Amino acid sequence: MQVLILISLLILGTVPLLILFFAENEKLILAVGTIGNGAACCIGLTAALGALITGETCSLKAVWSLPLGKVAIGLDPLSSFFLVCIFLVSGLSVLYGNGYFSYEIGKKKLKSPLIFSSLLTASMVGVVISRNGILFLMSWEIMSLSSFFLVTFENERREVRRAGILYLMASQAGALLLFVLFALLNRNSGSFNFNSFHISYAKMPRTADLCFLLALLGFGTKAGFWPIHIWLPEAHPAAPSPVSAVMSGVMIKMGIYGILRTLLFLGTPPLWWGGVVLGIGVVSGILGVLHALTEHDLKRLLAYHSVENIGIITIGIGLGLLGKALNNPVVTFLGYAGALLHVLNHGIFKGLLFHSAGSVIHAAGTRNMEELGGLYRFMPVTGSAFLVGSIAICGLPPFNGFISEWLLYMGGFIGSSHFFSTAGELLCLTAVPALALIGGLAVTCFVKAFGITFLGNPRVNIPVKIHESNHSMLIPMILGSFLCVLIGCWPLGILNIITPAAAVLGGGASGTASVLKTLARVPYFAALLFILILLFSLLRWKLLQNRDVRTASTWSCGYTTYHTRMQYTASSFAEPILTPFASLIHSQIRHGKKVDGYFPAEARYEKHLGDIAHQKWFLPSIRKAVGFLSQLRILQHGKVQLYLLYIGGAFVMLLIWLSIWGGH
Amino acid sequence: MIPYVNFILTAAIALNLYIVSSSRLRSCVQAAALQGSVLAFLPILLWGTQASKLEIINLLLIGIGTLGVKALLIPFLMFRSIQEANVRREVEPFISLHLSLSAAAVLVIISFWISKVTGLPHPPSAYLVPAAFSGILIGFLIMVSRQKAITQVIGYLIFENGIFIFGQILFQKIPLAVELGVLLDLLVGILVMGIAIYHISREFDHIDVSRLDGLKG
Repeated sequence: MQVLILISLLILGTVPLLILFFAENEKLILAVGTIGNGAACCIGLTAALGALITGETCSLKAVWSLPLGKVAIGLDPLSSFFLVCIFLVSGLSVLYGNGYFSYEIGKKKLKSPLIFSSLLTASMVGVVISRNGILFLMSWEIMSLSSFFLVTFENERREVRRAGILYLMASQAGALLLFVLFALLNRNSGSFNFNSFHISYAKMPRTADLCFLLALLGFGTKAGFWPIHIWLPEAHPAAPSPVSAVMSGVMIKMGIYGILRTLLFLGTPPLWWGGVVLGIGVVSGILGVLHALTEHDLKRLLAYHSVENIGIITIGIGLGLLGKALNNPVVTFLGYAGALLHVLNHGIFKGLLFHSAGSVIHAAGTRNMEELGGLYRFMPVTGSAFLVGSIAICGLPPFNGFISEWLLYMGGFIGSSHFFSTAGELLCLTAVPALALIGGLAVTCFVKAFGITFLGNPRVNIPVKIHESNHSMLIPMILGSFLCVLIGCWPLGILNIITPAAAVLGGGASGTASVLKTLARVPYFAALLFILILLFSLLRWKLLQNRDVRTASTWSCGYTTYHTRMQYTASSFAEPILTPFASLIHSQIRHGKKVDGYFPAEARYEKHLGDIAHQKWFLPSIRKAVGFLSQLRILQHGKVQLYLLYIGGAFVMLLIWLSIWGGH
Repeated sequence: MIPYVNFILTAAIALNLYIVSSSRLRSCVQAAALQGSVLAFLPILLWGTQASKLEIINLLLIGIGTLGVKALLIPFLMFRSIQEANVRREVEPFISLHLSLSAAAVLVIISFWISKVTGLPHPPSAYLVPAAFSGILIGFLIMVSRQKAITQVIGYLIFENGIFIFGQILFQKIPLAVELGVLLDLLVGILVMGIAIYHISREFDHIDVSRLDGLKG
């Protein structure tokens, strides 16, 4: 299996070279990129699935070495599981990208997105299989940089450049913390090899605490925890859709992988770690979905849902940690298994949603939902795929989101029922209402997203002819929808695959049989549901036969003259739900002329909803920091001679320092 | 052989001072080439008497490589870029020529002082360490105090010659590959700077480094 994964890495490394070689012919580039990356993903997916099912663990040390360490790679079920996610979502997006970028032939150079998508996939694989801190950080940096170049694909647009810079800054700030983390781990173990890392909380609590917090912040920036998620709603909309799918579907999960891997180094966790992680999950989940409700940009909405889903995954990790701290293996298993399954599920349905959103944006030429509407009639396949993705992301049966959230609910309930009235239990209990709130708000949000975009009538006259996308874009969506249903209807099968990965994290499946018994019935319920739906539609068809059926526009409500502006808008739909949460959302109201008199003339009212973390915390502090740091610009004067003097001066200082303090 | 070595090293120091005081770029390059060709004989003169056969081949290789690169190739490249950029004189250095000559003299004295203080065990010639340090320091002085990009390349060359002299002390420790690698580094460095100078002069009609700050952010 290991060999196959290395072969797929090799292919992913060769594709960029081939593309550079064929640099002139855009069609050839696209074909090479698609076939190469697609083949690599297929091989890798097979290998990773095989390794996960057989529970293979192995490690490999190359004879050549990096600075500060050996090239050490390895596989364990945790790595294999993340490999499955990476290859699956990347593979679907490669196929989708083939269709998506074929529209761009002749308009834009395709070299950069294709080269960097291979590099992104390869570097994510590198992150997951590396067993040496230096190799890990190198892969991590390649991942950040290649995704930066993917985000800035349409760099002729100003907001894309801004988003790119913000993303670069956030990922570098996060990486900085990771450097500190690995330096700390190295100092305590004397090497950068993962198997030598061991800082047990019982022995040195302060160092372990520090490592934990560094990992949480450093990896959390990539994962998109609230409030360090601010790059996410900017970068995802800026990137082309196949890239958004990969970034949101798997790349941010590398942060989750990093946290899980680091937790393995730190021994048995104290209770408060679980509490903190659970708290982060709850906050990210609720605030993520709330901000998704405020958005009417389709891709920003999906980006905020990534924050929400990362929150759900983090709740799972929190439950796992609490279970470990409370020595309750069932809760540990349910938490970790739920989190891992949600990683896979979110990869699938978020990929699906970004793909269908990409088709919509390509067809309609706008991301603004307030200008869309009634697209289902023009693009039925895309619309159905979006619908499946929406139901799945809301956690409704019989789709895959339900299974992972069900595991988390059970974790929360069991964690709080076995031993009542301690702090740990109360913490476990908070997971349940939080998940319920998140789920409810998510349903609202996707009713809005689907309803406004696909139902009703177009809100403005869109000049382009709306059409369904090409097959290369539709097939990944159909496959993704199929996977959503498959996992949703056959949970025990997928749980068998998750179990070894959860076992690596310390959550054995023993004692969970009684809990999982319910899941065995899910296929029957699903079948029942489908049969019921079939029966009801049959009934409807029967009843409508031989009767007068009149077709009218949605929301025309019996009016004789219908105008598309009578429809619900995205903002008006979300407004009543957002009102109770107004204090959590940054809003800016601008009044123009007010409504006045019995026959009011033209009036104007604007309300802009934004992100508190972005608008209130980060922008002011960044402005202050820039104001302060720009004083350092004096040092950067552009005079080569003085730069040389700096180097000479620094060298002399070093010599002096060495001669005074360095001598032993 | 030591008298010859001492002669070469003294000549190297004198050429350093000559380059600092000269304002004509051509004579600077000629002096640098002369310095390189003189120094090419240094390894074989220093170690030739006590080296084995294989080591003599090494020494000869280093000598020939140095001669080829420092005395022929690099001066050729620099003459060409002088021609292309169409500059003849270093006008308006940051420190006047007289002042930099006195500064260079002080630096030579400092290098003699350094060789006393560091007290390297048994250098083959008493001039070796001072010549090395004076090369390094004067090269740095030229790089810092001149405006034209070509003069800075010359400073870099002198700097490297100083390092080359210093490397001779450690001949028995440094393998041939490293020595030749340094030569290659130097060549690549000069090439890059040459290309940069060519482009700067083409884009800006001058190679005045002090006026490049228009590019800063």
